[in-house]
Amino acid sequence: MDGIPMNAAPRPIKLACRNVWKVYGRRPAYYFDSRGYVIDPDALAERLRAEAHLPAVVDASFEVATGEIFVIMGLSGSGKSTLVRCLSRLVEPSAGEVLLDGKNLLAASGKELIELRRHAMGMVFQNFGLLPHLTVLDNVAFPLKIQGKPAKERETRAREMIALVGLEGREASFPHQLSGGQQQRVGIARSLAVGPELWFLDEPFSALDPLIRKQMQDEFLRLQRMLKKTIIFITHDIAEAFRLADRLAIMRAGKIVQIGRPADIVLNPADDYVAQFTEDMPLLRVITAGDIATPANGAALPECNIAAETSLEALIPQLASGIGAFAVAGDGDGPPAVLSAGAVLAVLEREQARRTRE
Amino acid sequence: MTAPAAIAPPPRRLAIAPALLPWCGLGVLTVLCLFLKTELPWLVNFPKEWTLPLASYITAVTDAVVAVIQPGFRALSALLDAPMRGARLALAWLPWPAVMLAVAAIALKSRGERLAIFALAALAYILLAGYWLQSMNTLALVLLAVPISTVLGFLLGVLGYARPRLRPVLSGALDLMQTVPAFAYLIPLLLLFGFGPVVGLIASAVYSTPPMVRNTMLGLDRVPAAISEAGLMSGCTRRQQFWQVEVPTALPQLLVGFNQTTMAALSMVIVAAIIGGFEDIGWEVLSSMRKAEFGQSILSGLVIALLAILIDRLTIGFAKPPETGPTRVMRWTTPRRLVLSLAVALAFAVVIRLAAPDATFLPETALRTEMGGVNQRLLGIVRDYAWFFDGVRNAVLYCLLLPMRVGISGAATPAIWGFALSPTMAAVYFVLVLALAGLAMRRFGGRGALAVLAAGVILYTGFLGLPWPVFILAVSLLAGQVAGYRLGLFALAGFVLILVNGLWPQLVQSLYLCTLAVLLCLLVGGMLGVWAAHSDRVSRILKPICDALQTMPQFVFLIPALMFFKVGEFTALIAIMLYAIVPPIRYVEHGLRHVRADVVEAVEQMGATPLQTLLQAKLPLALPVVMLGLNQTIMAALSMLAIAALVGTRDLGQAVYVALGKADAGMGLIAGLSIAFLAILADRLIQAAVARSSAA
Repeated sequence: MDGIPMNAAPRPIKLACRNVWKVYGRRPAYYFDSRGYVIDPDALAERLRAEAHLPAVVDASFEVATGEIFVIMGLSGSGKSTLVRCLSRLVEPSAGEVLLDGKNLLAASGKELIELRRHAMGMVFQNFGLLPHLTVLDNVAFPLKIQGKPAKERETRAREMIALVGLEGREASFPHQLSGGQQQRVGIARSLAVGPELWFLDEPFSALDPLIRKQMQDEFLRLQRMLKKTIIFITHDIAEAFRLADRLAIMRAGKIVQIGRPADIVLNPADDYVAQFTEDMPLLRVITAGDIATPANGAALPECNIAAETSLEALIPQLASGIGAFAVAGDGDGPPAVLSAGAVLAVLEREQARRTRE
Repeated sequence: MTAPAAIAPPPRRLAIAPALLPWCGLGVLTVLCLFLKTELPWLVNFPKEWTLPLASYITAVTDAVVAVIQPGFRALSALLDAPMRGARLALAWLPWPAVMLAVAAIALKSRGERLAIFALAALAYILLAGYWLQSMNTLALVLLAVPISTVLGFLLGVLGYARPRLRPVLSGALDLMQTVPAFAYLIPLLLLFGFGPVVGLIASAVYSTPPMVRNTMLGLDRVPAAISEAGLMSGCTRRQQFWQVEVPTALPQLLVGFNQTTMAALSMVIVAAIIGGFEDIGWEVLSSMRKAEFGQSILSGLVIALLAILIDRLTIGFAKPPETGPTRVMRWTTPRRLVLSLAVALAFAVVIRLAAPDATFLPETALRTEMGGVNQRLLGIVRDYAWFFDGVRNAVLYCLLLPMRVGISGAATPAIWGFALSPTMAAVYFVLVLALAGLAMRRFGGRGALAVLAAGVILYTGFLGLPWPVFILAVSLLAGQVAGYRLGLFALAGFVLILVNGLWPQLVQSLYLCTLAVLLCLLVGGMLGVWAAHSDRVSRILKPICDALQTMPQFVFLIPALMFFKVGEFTALIAIMLYAIVPPIRYVEHGLRHVRADVVEAVEQMGATPLQTLLQAKLPLALPVVMLGLNQTIMAALSMLAIAALVGTRDLGQAVYVALGKADAGMGLIAGLSIAFLAILADRLIQAAVARSSAA
């Protein structure tokens, strides 16, 4: 990775995950009582497997900034769902630390944890997890009911949320009367009802048809632009991951093999696995102008101005019309940068090379 | 495996799989026993002097314990007596029009207008037949037993759900509660609670609790992970999670448990009538059967059947809404309207009672009092067609029952088959069996040959003539090989216990009756199931019949069997078969209909004939399901043993029944536990076999 991305203003860390392990087996605790020793995670994972234990999450560490969409991607069985459950303590990690706003979540008592879940976190599930005996309205109001909020307040808030996800008119329906996409809208509304700052989404769109999935992704991005939550998003769909992520982590066999912005990952894959995994992602679509622009360093700026998050693909018509360089606006008060046509063509050539290698 | 073995191929003649070696030893032992049988009769008939008086020890212990704890239980009995008397009085107080109105309203809510019409018709029949009061008495018991069992079952189920470690103990206890015939524990209950309907109540609570426990655990286990995680992430406390997330999600399964519990309670309340003293419908059936008044017994049997079907449909309607969604009538019957109509019914009752406090409003001349002529006619029909019924009975008796019981060697006497077995014939028989075994060896391998040989030996000696050491060792060995050494030891211990208690003849009788009934059920039911799987019309016809047979309390099956075939083993066989034939039909049809379609298509595409498709693709694929059906059949047959004892058998069921008559608590318990032992052994064996075949 080459330095700090220029458009990332320092934002406070919302959630930090440090050396988290989850091991299933007869006596997982036995392997983690060696405080003070430096352990080699790969060697320990190997030993665990050899001794009939299943390391589902191996030494996971990452940080998520406030307002960021952090995507965890991996194939099924790679441990991504277990990892997100460790973050919310639906699954108790075997070792490690999870810091929420700097406080260790794993040290929280049962009561504190319930309070945190009631106010600070929301979660959306792959199979929706709607209560079959409650109507849409009651499902959305359920977290508020659990908190003992008065009925009137519950209903007002639930109606707001239902309107937010565009389900007005279906308040009295039961989950089994809704389509998959509508059910997941209810799930989203429910997870937002308490106004959490931290939002977990565990493969929220994987059970939906491709067309609906696309719609829901757009809907999700629209919501996020409005709400600015801190998001941990789990998916096995690489296109979805690259489409939604600010940053993403790729997991394999319980281990995070690479963390970075989408462009970092396609440009500098950490190993062959990641390279293979991402080889079908079109570079021009993933990489944005901000990713490869160079600082202007006081030189004269070109006339043509573009935003940092413009994808290279969108620049091609302008390149074709003969424009040789773009001025890339910095994020907020960041310094402006310059993107030359040559840099875009270099990426294009690289894409070409990838295609012919196959 | 090892290199030397690979280099030098073992001589072919000695290539016996290690699993088959003990069986060869057993074969030698069998031949030895058969030759020594005449010199050493104890090989077949376990001598009386060798038995241990365990039963009398148990009786003595029971007596001592009962004397100490009796006051407590008598107090409980008195405590339960009050609500029971209350329920009984309340139901007797309710005038029948009010009851009909209330039941019809509930039926409207549960399943719509068709069930409501059925309910009205069934209640009208009960009224006209003259069994209203008796039915209400039965209902009073059921109404008390069901809440007890439901609450108890729910609590135990929650315990099993929350403490998985307790599961093995719990499920063992449940197995016992469901397989020990109620007759066996009626005596201790009578001693504890004193003579009276409370015993029936307790017995039915014992018998009807397990389904609720099992369904509670099942329902709670099956709450989808996403739903319970959604509850946790909403910040539920443990209690909120349980009552607002888990229980509502599991509710449909809980209602299925409620339905099964109610049916079990009804069935047991009727069986418990045998101790008498409660003027209920079961007693009516029993006494009319004893008096050979077939008209009345059919009338009252029909009352039980209708009650059972009605209660079943009412309760299952709440558990499983129709697939097409609730009908208009069901939607119209909102909870508020239901409560309103129940209130109207109650008000109606009060008004009637205020106007006429003492009137019963029951018809003066009910059908049952006019049955004299019908009884005569029924008896006449049975007498006129005696040649037919007796013919059927004798044919089965001499061609099937006797050879199974005493074997070909026993049946081939001038008195039974009209000829004696010459040594040549015996030799021919054995050569035939050996040839068949050889064929089976080629086709199915060692196990097939073994099964054929065992069947050949049993058919020759009969169940009664089988030397017990051979039998015990064979079954234990089988259990050990199929399900692990623990089940093998369990089998060994169980059989030895039965042996030393002097119940061996009864055990063998039970085995032979059950084996025969199960085989016949599999044959007949299996064929019906295959037919139903291939014809929607047959399936449509069989379904209500199966439903009715399955909801009927066991008692009812005795009536037609007894009417046509009089007292005897054949009658018991028919009654057992009537009760046990439903599972093979159901499971074979279900198994065949749900075979993976792509496999069947592939086989048909290769050009297989329908018969080939059935035998070579569908049946093997459906085998696990069919095995579950076999399991159910065996359970049903064994549970019917105790009831069938009423029409005269000589098996363990009879031992239980006789012990009940003599108030012999020890013998009753031991014989009852023996039946439970057989059921549990068969269940574990089949489950292990299914698990093995699906793992392979």
